[in-house]
Amino acid sequence: MVKNNGGIKKLSDFIGFFIESLPKLLDGLYLTILLTFISLALGLILGLLLALGRVYGKTIISGICAGYIEIIRGTPLLVQLFIIYFGFPQAGISLEPLTAALIGLSLNSGAYQAEYLRGSIQSIESGQMVAARSLGMTKIKAIRNIILPQALRISIPAWSNELIYLVKYTSIAYIIQVRELTAEGKFIAAHSFRYIEIFAIIAIIYLVLTFIFTEIIDRVEKKLSIPGIGTIKRLEQRFI
Amino acid sequence: MNMLKVENIHKIYGKTKVLAGVSFTMEKGETKVIIGPSGTGKSTLLRCINQLSPPDKGRVWLEGIEVTDKKTDINLIRQKIGFVFQEFNLFNHLTAVKNVSIALEKVKKMEKEEAHKEAMNELKRVGLKDQADQYPSQLSGGQKQRVGIARALAMNPVIILFDEPTSALDPELIGDVLEVMKSLAGEISMLVVTHEMGFARNVADEIIFMEHGVIAECGNPDKMFKNPEKKRTKEFLGKISSLYGEE
Repeated sequence: MVKNNGGIKKLSDFIGFFIESLPKLLDGLYLTILLTFISLALGLILGLLLALGRVYGKTIISGICAGYIEIIRGTPLLVQLFIIYFGFPQAGISLEPLTAALIGLSLNSGAYQAEYLRGSIQSIESGQMVAARSLGMTKIKAIRNIILPQALRISIPAWSNELIYLVKYTSIAYIIQVRELTAEGKFIAAHSFRYIEIFAIIAIIYLVLTFIFTEIIDRVEKKLSIPGIGTIKRLEQRFI
Repeated sequence: MNMLKVENIHKIYGKTKVLAGVSFTMEKGETKVIIGPSGTGKSTLLRCINQLSPPDKGRVWLEGIEVTDKKTDINLIRQKIGFVFQEFNLFNHLTAVKNVSIALEKVKKMEKEEAHKEAMNELKRVGLKDQADQYPSQLSGGQKQRVGIARALAMNPVIILFDEPTSALDPELIGDVLEVMKSLAGEISMLVVTHEMGFARNVADEIIFMEHGVIAECGNPDKMFKNPEKKRTKEFLGKISSLYGEE
């Protein structure tokens, strides 16, 4: 009985703490989601340009794109953020923490997305490009109407991976003073000393978030799927 | 003025001379078949005509316009030159009918409905009305190739180049494709690289025998099959005919 009472007390205590922390956690969650989606979207645009530059660009453009991708992928995200947040002011460009984090994460994600997209573009038989050109399409028209609709579909699984990485990588922004979810947690913990509870809550929030995002992307993938293209093809083959 | 004039085409890949001066002409409605051992530049010649791989030397004219002239808008010329590929090269993300209509929409700037209607007409012509909404992965090889032909036809070209259109097909699927091609003979100019001797004999106005990057001999099917001037032509035709049959 006594033990049980203690349990209930602990639980109600925990719920009270959770409710008390909730407004701050929601503020942090908002920033985490904002960072994730803006970086993913800007990263996609950058990644597309880099991938197209690498595959279709002349030697110089292709080289520049490849160089950028290698530098970003070869250095820690944290170092990149430090350069943007602490290094840029030396060059006279001062950035808000959030802006710096958005730029850093987008530039970083762009390099990774470029590689997924490049792989997808190169997996499309070159004959389709030749056929499009033989019909009088310009290279740009062929890329837009023939190559990209397929490459983007093929990229969805890799892209889902990138989204899940990003959700968690945004926590690095806390080091440059962005008060996203992890930062808020650290802040609450420092005041309440309830490290285990708060970080358990935060871990669960991340888990739920990635679960929801994965579900959404899976549905999008199914909705956009075309017989014979991408993952669905592999699934079909398994059943044959 | 010839409809198509090909003059002294040379093409070199690395150190290999693939084409070493090929010249011929074609008139409206003519069907010419190019035969020859593999590696003699037959496919390369087709690609030189619509500049998919521009020749290193030599010139091509279509309806009096020089295709090889740098100032000519090649995308405009290519609309008039259909191309049918050995590997079909259909657009995998588009249904059969969209494969045919996409260039009408994006290149000829037709309205969606009009392009669709036109594409359906072409699919009917090649006997694939019922497969209009299927994706390439759901079609057989023969059906894919007929979509490829419909796609070329839809642009309303003056000539269609066929690059070994039946070589990638299972034997029982070849017939349908050849039937479609036969039905086009006379209506539209066709330049066909093929080993199908039956088609060459019965449909071609002229057979061009290529070897080592040049035209070794050419003439009408009767002459080529019965009294070729060169021993090598006879040898090759004999070998191919016994392999592929005459009909």
